[in-house]
Amino acid sequence: MIGKRRDGDGEKKKRKKRRRKGAHRAEEGEDEVQTRHERREREKRRRAKNDQEAKGRERDEEERVQTTSGKVAKTKKNIRNENTRRRVEEEEVEVEERLEKRKKKHGSAKKEEKKEDEGKQMVKEKEREVKKKKHKKVDSKDEEMRPECLTPEELEKLKEAVDERKKLIQSLRGKPWPMKKKLVTLRESQEFVEKYEGALGKGKGRKLYAYKVMMTKKWMKFQRDFENFKTACIPWEMKIKEIESHFGSSVASYFIFLRWMYGINMILFGLTFGLVMVPEALMGRPYGSMPRKTVPRSEETSAMDFAVLWDFGGYAQYSVLFYGFYNNQRAIGWLKFRMPLSYFLVGVGTVAYSYMVVIRTMARNANESGVGDDNSFNFSWKMFTSWDYLIGNPETADNKFASITTSFKEAILEEQESHKDDNIHLTRFLRVLANFLVLCCLAGSGYLIYFVVRRSQKFALDGLENHTWWERNEVNMVMSLLGMFCPMLFDVISTLENYHPRVALQWQLGRIFALFLGNLYTFIIALMDEINLKREEEKIVKFNITTWEASLYNGTISENSTAPSITINPADVPRGPCWETMVGQEFVRLIISDTMTTYITLLIGDFLRAVLVRFLNYCWCWDLEAGFPSYSEFDVSGNVLGLIFNQGMIWMGAFYAPCLPALNVLRLHVSMYLQCWAVMCCNVPQERVFKASGSNNFYMAMLLVILFLSTLPAIYTIVTIPPSFDCGPFSGKNRMFDVIHETLESDFPAWFSKVFSYASNPGLVLPFILLMVLAIYYLQSTSKSYRQANVELKKKLQTVI
Amino acid sequence: MGNKQTTFTDEQLEAFQDCTFFTRKEILRLHSRYRELAPHLVPLDYTNNPDIRVPLALIVTMPELKENPFRDRIVETFSEDGQGNLSFNDFVDMFSALCETSPRELKTIYAFKIYDFNRDNFICKDDLQQTLTLLTKGELTEDEVLLVCDKALEEADLDGDSKLSFSDFQNMISKAPDFLSNFHIRI
Repeated sequence: MIGKRRDGDGEKKKRKKRRRKGAHRAEEGEDEVQTRHERREREKRRRAKNDQEAKGRERDEEERVQTTSGKVAKTKKNIRNENTRRRVEEEEVEVEERLEKRKKKHGSAKKEEKKEDEGKQMVKEKEREVKKKKHKKVDSKDEEMRPECLTPEELEKLKEAVDERKKLIQSLRGKPWPMKKKLVTLRESQEFVEKYEGALGKGKGRKLYAYKVMMTKKWMKFQRDFENFKTACIPWEMKIKEIESHFGSSVASYFIFLRWMYGINMILFGLTFGLVMVPEALMGRPYGSMPRKTVPRSEETSAMDFAVLWDFGGYAQYSVLFYGFYNNQRAIGWLKFRMPLSYFLVGVGTVAYSYMVVIRTMARNANESGVGDDNSFNFSWKMFTSWDYLIGNPETADNKFASITTSFKEAILEEQESHKDDNIHLTRFLRVLANFLVLCCLAGSGYLIYFVVRRSQKFALDGLENHTWWERNEVNMVMSLLGMFCPMLFDVISTLENYHPRVALQWQLGRIFALFLGNLYTFIIALMDEINLKREEEKIVKFNITTWEASLYNGTISENSTAPSITINPADVPRGPCWETMVGQEFVRLIISDTMTTYITLLIGDFLRAVLVRFLNYCWCWDLEAGFPSYSEFDVSGNVLGLIFNQGMIWMGAFYAPCLPALNVLRLHVSMYLQCWAVMCCNVPQERVFKASGSNNFYMAMLLVILFLSTLPAIYTIVTIPPSFDCGPFSGKNRMFDVIHETLESDFPAWFSKVFSYASNPGLVLPFILLMVLAIYYLQSTSKSYRQANVELKKKLQTVI
Repeated sequence: MGNKQTTFTDEQLEAFQDCTFFTRKEILRLHSRYRELAPHLVPLDYTNNPDIRVPLALIVTMPELKENPFRDRIVETFSEDGQGNLSFNDFVDMFSALCETSPRELKTIYAFKIYDFNRDNFICKDDLQQTLTLLTKGELTEDEVLLVCDKALEEADLDGDSKLSFSDFQNMISKAPDFLSNFHIRI
């Protein structure tokens, strides 16, 4: 009856039942048991020679695991004899070693030979197991006493067995076994570990060991709960899934990138809000108590106007949102919160955190995508990795089928004909011409921005009220419009070049990147001019203030020699032009106008177009949906670049306007919903579905470059330009970073500053830098040698047949 | 999501969390998806491990699998009887192996099993032809199909037996840049 069962399930159940009914088994004759084992062995070998060879091997392994645990349990309980016990331990070690070896060779191709060996070993073990069962008597007291009688080596082996079980449990997820087997293995391993873990901690270390075990368990449980909580916190999961099933993974990658940016901005927001804005708002001097915190008399009447507030002037300017509001008092409130130090460190911290996150993500991506030469497995990859398993929408699926077929046909064509040179000189000439045109475009846009910024400075001198809305916001509008139209121009120019689409996409991205970068830097140069102007103005104002103060005291010179303190309304004090606040305001305005432009383009370019195509189609001569305008496709690369540059601007301006991360969080939140809606409502899946290879790391690399380039101007201004004398947390100092020096001197014990002064000695710093350069050179040369070794091994692999 | 659910015992949920890449909430959601496929067949209460299997024809109606050309093979690979009838254990196993956090090695093993149509542990030319036909919906001509299969074998077959063993397949897939992101089902 037992032999008839072919189901692996049934066999496992039988084994368990057998073990449980062990007592009864002892009564049965040995022969009967033997024959049953033999029959089962034969039957198993027969089954194993079917198609399910791999499954059979897996079953073997599981049985091996079962027998090991069963054996250990039974034998340990029952054997009192030293010799037999030692034998058992040896066998156990053997089995464990075999288990290790088998695990290592799990994926190998040499399955057949091992099967036979294992089969034989199984028989032997079963025989031994049967013999032991005869002496069995379940006695719990024995278990307790057992471990103390074990010698230290046996204890070690037991410990190793327990550790191995634990490792098995940890790695169970990644094993390619069917679920039932995993569950069974898990339960048994857990029982084994539980049984012997407590027993292991014998003698002096027992209590500590048990405590350690309990703490590890609690820690694992905590980690698991935390993971559960974290995945529950991830927002927009369902939205992204919907987009994935409709548009495939490349469009969805933009939204995943957006979500990741949102996370970073939340952290930056937390830093700036919690450590800069809130302390100043709660513990600093309130509005109106100081000149820097009050709207000047001349601006008071217009301070509440919506137009002024929208421009971030008026009350918005004289608030925690901008640099100028902050007081330079060293410690504020009852907490003695070091405001200037905190401001400086948060500024440095945002940059450092961003660097860390970007580099960590890049490293992780680099590990996954692997080192590859693109052309060696062209057809194989097309066959096995081109279908996107995320697609769930019939229309997208049809598109995907079509694009896969096209790509196969193209590859076949390329394979069949050798490269038709086809007038290579013409192609080269056209490409040079295209690049020349692009350079002209870039230069033109750079000059246009410079010109516009100069003009807006002239307007500012004339007084802003005399000009129209366009003239006031010229700079921002021009920058946004350039960002919108130039990429289209580049697209048209690139048709001259006749590149493979993937290469063309990379050129396009590179050009758009150069465009944005050029615009940004021209903007900054213009800003620097304005800063210099403001500093000149500041000198004049400083001079004027001394004369003004003198005039105030003139009236009271007849009084006592001690000059009475004259209370003056802070609004009347003449103010220096706070260049830092001005810089912050410029950035905020730029980002707002950029956001508005993006949203309006989205609404007009995508939504309005879709509406027109849909409804005008009924009364139009040609088919609008298939023909000229048709529905727009989602431009992944353009949107990603826009996001990256937006983030660059945030990094640039965050030091001077602490409100920027908050603004960005809001902006990203709205963008997510708006763009998700727009994509589902107005866009169609792309016809040619392909990705710039390794584009994940490409975008990260761009982000890193932007991060570096955008922190440069801020660092330059911090290091070279003295802060304004009457606004901001660093007013009165010579340079902004003096606050660090001051903190080191006053807040830390004396030896600290001595150590720091030694550390900043050039004699120490220069050798350190030299050492780092040497280390980089060494690492680079080793990686080169590894790469060469890789190539050699690959060649060897090819030749071995 | 309260703690009062009677679908699984706590030990069962912990065991599932140990054996798959899913969290507790995801496992419960998977169970409701599984039940949706055949509400009259699948009980709500799984505490005593009922042995219920949902047939292949119902599983491939799921929106995640509906458009996939390899849906039949995927379900067959993860089923215990090889015919495509999935118990809940197999169902969870399938989505766990194909989820985002599943490691590359695991996905490679299962991909090999999926593309091995005749289950002989080798991807022979016939398997390649079947894969290609499913992938292009029969749009390529006979000659083109043969050419592509020959080229693929030429590229990936290292030991020269004109079929791909697991190590050939693994070597080829390990360098593919799109494999991890494409071989991924989100549930």
